[in-house]
Amino acid sequence: MPRGSMPLFSGDGFRPIRVALLTGVRDILPLLVGVAPFALVFGVAAMEADLSVRAAMGLSLFVYAGAAQLAIAQLIGAGATVLVIAMTALAINLRFSVYSASLAPHLHHLPRRWKWPLAHLLTDQVYAVSITRYQRDTMRPLRHWYYLGAALAMWVTWQVGTVAGILLGTRVSEAWGLDFAVPLTFLGLLANAVDDGATLTAAVAGGLVAAMAVPLPFNLSIIAGALTGVGAGVLTETRFSLSFPPSDSIQR
Amino acid sequence: MTSGPLWLLIAGVTFGTFVLRLSFLHLFAQLEEVPPVERVLRFVPAAVLAALVVPALVYVDGDLTLAVSNERLWAGLLAGGAAWITRSVVVTLVVGMLALWTLQSMLPT
Repeated sequence: MPRGSMPLFSGDGFRPIRVALLTGVRDILPLLVGVAPFALVFGVAAMEADLSVRAAMGLSLFVYAGAAQLAIAQLIGAGATVLVIAMTALAINLRFSVYSASLAPHLHHLPRRWKWPLAHLLTDQVYAVSITRYQRDTMRPLRHWYYLGAALAMWVTWQVGTVAGILLGTRVSEAWGLDFAVPLTFLGLLANAVDDGATLTAAVAGGLVAAMAVPLPFNLSIIAGALTGVGAGVLTETRFSLSFPPSDSIQR
Repeated sequence: MTSGPLWLLIAGVTFGTFVLRLSFLHLFAQLEEVPPVERVLRFVPAAVLAALVVPALVYVDGDLTLAVSNERLWAGLLAGGAAWITRSVVVTLVVGMLALWTLQSMLPT
């Protein structure tokens, strides 16, 4: 199990809920450090594109998707039409459907009043920590609380960061390279996701294809990598039955 | 962009993005727990995480940089080794950031 994980369900009262919530917050903490600069960058970009403060906050509150928000701000500043901007933003956000499919086995049983808010709060980082946790730690009754903790922490960070970017109007933290914390955390999570030869193949294929696909528009590199990686993993598993013992014990 | 079209844009993108996010969470019940689906989904995290990590390491400011001067690549490789050995996110993060800062201070940019 990843270091720092603990059994979460003891079955009595609200304590497990609080523990699940806080564990979610704790797990996503390193990613908040890396994402905050992006929120700042968006706030600045929105102001530079002559967006109103209300429009900038509206984008962060309602669209709540960093890459798409940045593209929207820049395209508005460049005078693109509504249709072009909308299609660009939605193409960039296509990857959320992949995350949705991946999380569905764990969350689809929830009632609408949970599913809809949790869906709105979905981001790359929330997906990464949640799926990692769910694959290691069944957490059957508490998954949504864990997700909520992580997702709310991310949401608050994003909104505060946007406000800060709007107010400050300066480029912060790029010199420190704090945004590097995001790929580093993903790397740590990746090491936990790879537990046999087939998943390793999926990762290698996904990473290579994504790197090659970066020139494609709309952040399609992520979907291209995801689809290729999944295909490679399935192929490896069926053709070679490749698996080597995991380096630590894994309960599923 | 004037206010009307702007808010129409925000509303449209909000709705579309929400549909994308909710999609399978809503539809999965219809798909049932089919073993082939589970087998395929098993690889999504590894593929997606790799797709997020690798471009961030080999691209600097939008240009493919497989050169010795790419500190992020070296820091990433070092952190990757730490991740493989320890499987600890915190250790990976610390090793990677320390490596990055060390390399950045060593190489004049």
